[in-house]
Parts: sequence; C-alpha cells; structure tokens
Amino acid sequence: MVDVAATSAPQAWLRARSRLLSQLPAAIALLPAAAAVVFVYIGALAWTVRLSFSSSKMLPVFDFVGLNQYQRLFGTERFVVSTWHILVFGILYIAGSLIIGFLLAVFIDQRVRLEGVFRTIFLYPYAMSFIVTGLVWQWFLNPELGLQKTVRDLGFPSFSFDWIVDQDKVVFTLVIAAIWQSAGLVMAILLAGLRGVDAELWKATRIDAIPTWRVYVSIILPILTPMLATVSILLAVAVAKLYDLVVAMTKGGPGLSSEVPAKFIMDNFFERSNVGLGAAAATILLISVASILAPWIYAEHIRPQRVRK
Amino acid sequence: MSAVAVPQGPRPRSLSIGRLSVYGFLIVVALCFLVPLWVMIATSFKTMDEIRLGHVLAWPASFTIEPWLKAWSSACTGLACDGVKIGFWNSVRILIPSVIASIAIGSLTGYAMTFYRVRGARTLFVILLLGAFIPYQVFLYPLVRMFSSIGLYDSLTGIVVVHVVFGLPLMTLLFRNYYGALPIELFNAARVDGAGFLAILRHVILPMSSPILIVATILQVTGIWNDFILGLTFAGRSNRPMTVLLNNIVNSTQGEAAYNVDMAATIITALVPLAVYFFSGRWFVRGIAAGAVKG
Repeated sequence: MVDVAATSAPQAWLRARSRLLSQLPAAIALLPAAAAVVFVYIGALAWTVRLSFSSSKMLPVFDFVGLNQYQRLFGTERFVVSTWHILVFGILYIAGSLIIGFLLAVFIDQRVRLEGVFRTIFLYPYAMSFIVTGLVWQWFLNPELGLQKTVRDLGFPSFSFDWIVDQDKVVFTLVIAAIWQSAGLVMAILLAGLRGVDAELWKATRIDAIPTWRVYVSIILPILTPMLATVSILLAVAVAKLYDLVVAMTKGGPGLSSEVPAKFIMDNFFERSNVGLGAAAATILLISVASILAPWIYAEHIRPQRVRK
Repeated sequence: MSAVAVPQGPRPRSLSIGRLSVYGFLIVVALCFLVPLWVMIATSFKTMDEIRLGHVLAWPASFTIEPWLKAWSSACTGLACDGVKIGFWNSVRILIPSVIASIAIGSLTGYAMTFYRVRGARTLFVILLLGAFIPYQVFLYPLVRMFSSIGLYDSLTGIVVVHVVFGLPLMTLLFRNYYGALPIELFNAARVDGAGFLAILRHVILPMSSPILIVATILQVTGIWNDFILGLTFAGRSNRPMTVLLNNIVNSTQGEAAYNVDMAATIITALVPLAVYFFSGRWFVRGIAAGAVKG
C-alpha cells in the first residue's frame, strides 16, 4: 500500500489478485445486505420519492406533475390535522417518557430492595406489541364500563374521564398509553448510565454536603446528556412511525381527531387508491425524520471524529 | 420491623422519611404500571353480565374460562369465527424462519464487515444504519409492487424476506459491535493457519458468539411477533399474523363487544413476548442496551 510504485508491475498485480481472492468470500457474504440496501433502502425509497412527483392514483404512473401532490397534500384537512396531532403527541410523549423514565431510574438507583422486581414491572409493557397496548387501554378507558364508571361507582358521581371519545382530548390518551409502553425503556437505558457514574464523584459531593437532588440535577443530568440525546432520538423515531397504536386504540377517531401521518400514508396507498398523495406524505415524513436525525448524527458521529483528528 | 438491615451497602441504614418516600414513589408507580395488566387478566375471566356492571378493577366474582376458549377457537372477524388460533400458528410459521434467516444473514454480514476489508462495506453499513430510522411507510408501496411482480406478495416467503430486510440493520449492528470487541489475534491466528472465510466463522467466531446470539434471538422473537404493519401489508389473507387477526377481532365487532373474549385474545397474543421477557430477564435489557445505546 505504501510503495506500490517501488514493486514491479507483475508483483503488484499478483498481490492485488491474491488480496481480491481472499476478500471474495466476504464480498459474497455481503451480497444479501447489498441487495437489501440497493433494492429497499435506496431503491424503494427513491421510487416513493419519484411517485410523489407523479399523478399516480390507483396504479403507479411515471409522468411528472411537479409539486402538485404536495400542494394537494397541504390542502388536505386530514393531513394537516394529522401533522398537528403528531406534533402534540410527539412533544408530550417524549417529554413524559423522559421525565418518568429519569425519575424511575433515579429512584431505583437509591439502592432499593427488590430492585429486580421494580425493573421488571416498569419494563414489561415495552415487551408487548403496540396493538396489545392499544387494545388494553381502549378497554380500560372505555367511558361506559371502564375507569370512569369504576371511579363514579366508588362515590365520585361527577368524576369524568372520557378523553378517548372526546375529539379534543383523544390524542392525550394515545400519549398516556405510549408513555406507559416506553417509560421503562428510558429507565433501563438511563439506569445503565447512572451505574456508570464514578463512585468518587458521589464521595466528593457527599464531602461537600451537596443535597442529593442537586447532585442529580446539576451534575448527573449533564453526564447523562449523550444518553438522553440517544433516547430522545429513539423516541422521536417512534413518534414518526406511530401507526399500530392508533389503529388499535382509536382507529384515528372520533372523526379525524386522532389521525396521524403514518396512518394517512398507509390509507392513501392501500385503501384510498391515492398513490401519488401517499407518496408525497411519505416523502414529507422522510424529510422530517432526516431533519431530526441530521443534528444528532453530526453531534454523535461526525464532530467527535473531527475533534479526535 | 424497626431496624431493617440492608444486606449490601457500606453503612447500616435506618428507615428514614427519605427512604420511605423512595419506596412510596416506586410502589405507587409500579401499581400504576400493573393496572392495565391486571385489568386485562381480570376482564378475561369475567362473564359479560359481570362486565356490564362496570367494575373494571375488580377481580371476577364468578370466575369463568369460557372467554379464553372462545378467544382461542371461535371469536369472529367478520364472517369467519375461528378465534386467534389460526393467527397464532401463522405467527409461529412466520417467526421461526424469519428469526433464523435474519440472525444468520445478520451475523454473516457483521462478521464479513468486521474482519474483512471489502470495498464499499463501510458505505453499506452506514446506509443500513440510517435505514433503521426511516419509517416503513417510506418503503412499503414500492416493495409491494416489487414483490407482486416477482410473485412474493401475499406469501409466507414474502413476509419472511421482509422481516429479514428490515431486521438487517439491527442485526448487523449487533454482530458488528460484538465481533469488533473480540480480540483480532484469534482471527489472525486462524488465518495464518490457513483457515478460510467459513471455517474461521464456524470454528473460531461462532463458538464465541452465544451471548450475542441469545440477545439477537430475544430481540427478533419479540420484534417479529409484535410486528403489525409488515404482516398486515405482506402476509396476505392466508398468513395473517396474530397481531393483525387480534386487531380485526376486537376492532371489527358488530353490536356489543365481548370484552372478556377480546381481553383473553389480547393476553394470548402478548403471551409469547411476555414469556420471553420474564424468562430472559437481564438478557432482554442487554438487548435493549446493545440495540439502543450504540444506535
């Protein structure tokens, strides 16, 4: 590699050939991954973007209508409200999961007994499907026979909790169910981070008699920042993907009040024969995810490499 | 009762108000987390008459397993009344080949990327990783067209291929990270001895891979079992996985819903991942950490 020019041509050729031969099985082993990347991760993605510039209805056609589908998309009430719902859902869900997950991790980190039991209880919802989560919460929040009725019968006849059938509040029920499912994930990851905190640091803060809560807020939290960033990205991606939970729990209703973009795309592709419109919405979703990811990839992977050099 | 000894920990502790509030907080939140599971189980053993009274948190007064039998073999989706059992077996038929194939290809890819310098492998890895973050909706429609043009749409093979493709980023990441932490000398020594690509994998690398194989299996079994959108889109009528069938049973009911049957069917669907979770314990958490923190 260093002095190719110094070796004679046939020798270099031989070496290159033997190197190629030794890499050949590895190259063959990478073919399935290469096929997945070419056909799906690049091919299918490019195809979707291409369709978003076409007038495709039921079947894909490859004409070019400029940004017509995007114009139509932003004039479609269902998509506009979906975008609002996902923003509200996203902010509340990420904030809620981070806060509850962080609190759980901190409290579990206080050398409690039965730590394993607590951890198991907080994480089990994460093992289940969003479909299961959605169906359970749909039943539990059922205003006629679920929580509301039970609390009323306990002697609070004016108690009201009918959010799941309330157009203005149904998104919040999705938030509750989703936080229930993912707070344990945040806890598990942050707990691993807390366990990595240097014991010396704790000794030092004890000598200085800093109250424990201050240590967590002012010292531990900054240490956990990279983990918080990673978890936030995971949660943000889950927000963009939000589909199963809505299908199972509210079917997008009542009315359009819990529709979300991922569901809008699926419905337009596979039920409403609006391929071009669905593709435009999918492209917007892709751009949103990319704009969430880009700063994180830069901060986590590109900047550290530069600093090291 | 007054002085509870804490077994590990440097100093003896007494139960201060601070300690009590720590436990208080944890216990209250734990109970909140358990409520949905409790409701699910309690409802599934109640009769509809009892459910209509509306005590959703109460334990069944007249205990019945009828809903479970109905959920398994005769709950209806539209006109077909076969319960979730068909979906259960469909999920098993999808699960087994998908888990095996995705782990096999993932470990092979991770191995080749770690120990061999194939041109373009790094680019491949970066694209795979980015792909893991992109919602399926961006790929699904073209994939359906591709699959139907080569006859894979609506087939078991089709859904297995889809699971392998979308499982590949996480599996590759998992194995690449694990293999990257193995001592390279082992690989070099085997190579000097003249072992080839597959021989090194089989005799040197795989025998050391059991921890990561366990983690990968846990992740893929729960992930594929819990999948809804891919099964809905690719599996076709004859291979509908359990999650899809369950959602149809519960959400396409006409007239009064049989909540007890619905909840029994829901528990049966959640049983496989829950069993994996409870029996695998720390391995599950390790999988989350391996998949998430480096992601």
